[in-house]
Amino acid sequence: MSNYIKLIVLGLIALFAAIGTNYARDLAYQVHAVLVMLIAGGLFIWTLRNTDEPDILIDRSGEYMDDVIRYGVIATAFWGVVGFLAGTFIAFQLAFPVLNFDWAQGYLNFGRLRPLHTSAVIFAFGGNALIATSFYVVQRTSAARLWGGNLAWFVFWGYQLFIVLAATGYVLGGTQSKEYAEPEWYVDLWLTIVWVAYLAVFLGTIVKRKEPHIYVANWFYLAFIVTVAMLHLVNNMTIPVSIWGSKSVIVWSGVQDAMIQWWYGHNAVGFFLTAGFLGMMYYFIPKQAERPVFSYKLSIIHFWAIIFLYIWAGPHHLHYTALPDWASTLGMVFSIVLWMPSWGGMINGLMTLSGAWDKLRTDPVIRMMVIAVGFYGMSTFEGPMMSIRAVNSLSHYTDWTIGHVHSGALGWNGMITFGALYFLVPVLWKRERLYSLQMVSWHFWLATIGIVLYAASMWVTGIMEGLMWREVDANGFLVNSFADTVAAKFPMYVVRGLGGVMFLAGAVIMCYNLWMTVRKAPAKEASLTVAVPAE
Amino acid sequence: MELYSILRQFADSWMLLLLFVFFVGIVIWVFRPGASKEYKDTANIPFRHQDKPAEVKEARK
Repeated sequence: MSNYIKLIVLGLIALFAAIGTNYARDLAYQVHAVLVMLIAGGLFIWTLRNTDEPDILIDRSGEYMDDVIRYGVIATAFWGVVGFLAGTFIAFQLAFPVLNFDWAQGYLNFGRLRPLHTSAVIFAFGGNALIATSFYVVQRTSAARLWGGNLAWFVFWGYQLFIVLAATGYVLGGTQSKEYAEPEWYVDLWLTIVWVAYLAVFLGTIVKRKEPHIYVANWFYLAFIVTVAMLHLVNNMTIPVSIWGSKSVIVWSGVQDAMIQWWYGHNAVGFFLTAGFLGMMYYFIPKQAERPVFSYKLSIIHFWAIIFLYIWAGPHHLHYTALPDWASTLGMVFSIVLWMPSWGGMINGLMTLSGAWDKLRTDPVIRMMVIAVGFYGMSTFEGPMMSIRAVNSLSHYTDWTIGHVHSGALGWNGMITFGALYFLVPVLWKRERLYSLQMVSWHFWLATIGIVLYAASMWVTGIMEGLMWREVDANGFLVNSFADTVAAKFPMYVVRGLGGVMFLAGAVIMCYNLWMTVRKAPAKEASLTVAVPAE
Repeated sequence: MELYSILRQFADSWMLLLLFVFFVGIVIWVFRPGASKEYKDTANIPFRHQDKPAEVKEARK
């Protein structure tokens, strides 16, 4: 019966997309309509061929749903390399403008590829890592199989479709020009559907948990899912110009629009890149260190403090703008107060190793996780400092901001995700160990030195740029033109690009190592599925 | 008073107080007597049910 409903829905979507292909007002919409038509049509045929086939019911309630997580792990590694590659390429585009090829103008120039890079690393790499690890963690800590059966598969594939629509849209010009919220209205609607399904799977699993308590990692994951839903809905309140075109108009205007954008933007950092990844930290660091979290009490206070404070920090992006002073002061104050719970969380993560510090010498995976927490501490110190109005007057609009973002994103999000992947692959594919710990060490050092090169060069160029912009001569005239700062930044841009190459090389080594772990490392059990005894 | 001012005044006073009291309440609740023992067990959740879901309702037994 449910197959008939599926067939009707898929048929209608395919038909609508076919009409859209014909009436499309712009290229991005047209390409997406073709894509959706083909996917919906393909699924229609696939569903049709499976309709009225005899059902083979296998009781899988006695095992965890791990196949969707295996796909998630592969997607995380794949999108990671894609995103790092795009980032390295645009870094060199800035250093050597000739890489904005003439034949690809309007498609592969810096302006088009930059959102592709940010979305690929944040939403594709980070998002897949969050979905995969949250599905893993919520099952293990609830002692229950994922709720909703194949809904988890819908979340996985639906999210991949969102990524493909977003990425192709940017290259073809379908963007609403809101930072980290570039996808146009129909892509936003699709993400909303996928996200509600994600929330349902996650919450459903928590509801049917067999552990009496909800482990702290799940609190962080849940805060991430719920808050991102709220941010996404409010920041994407747009009215499409036509149902057959990608262009839409936002309902907010002026400074309210700017404030909502940065309320969204900063909480994307606070809840997507922080709360969700803290969920990862609270599960994978104790697991890898083989000891419980340092202080569970601190973890509860950490959780409530961070979600109460982060939501107010957005206005620090709008110092010296049309935003009223009281609002940007409020954002600044909350950003500085935020320093405390951030460091509380960092201490909790680091001290989990107390009594097991020797593992840092012997286990490169735990080293990776610890340096992630170290970078978290560093960037959550740097961030509040940069939010102070006086500091911001120097740092804003300079490369310092970009350096800050990358020490957080590469150092904290990247490294903790790599650590989680190194933990997950042997467990999910039932291998005794990783293929090569030496390669993990290589990855660790390449990535760490890469981040140091990146952050250090951006500090130098950012502060230099800020000082050059404000330099005035004895008569009060500005000394430097904008082009002077661009010329002065060249050596640092090359260093930054090399840092990116090293980080990317580390990720490629990781992919090879994980691949060989699945192929060559000694297996623990013959089959990936748990054998269910015949009744 | 127009809606903005009413909401603004409410946010500045009662809502602020409510959120603050809620937060302080959590901090006090975390340090309630007997919490340490309970949290010790909760903190060990990641080390149970590694390979398959729990079969009985109360997983800890």
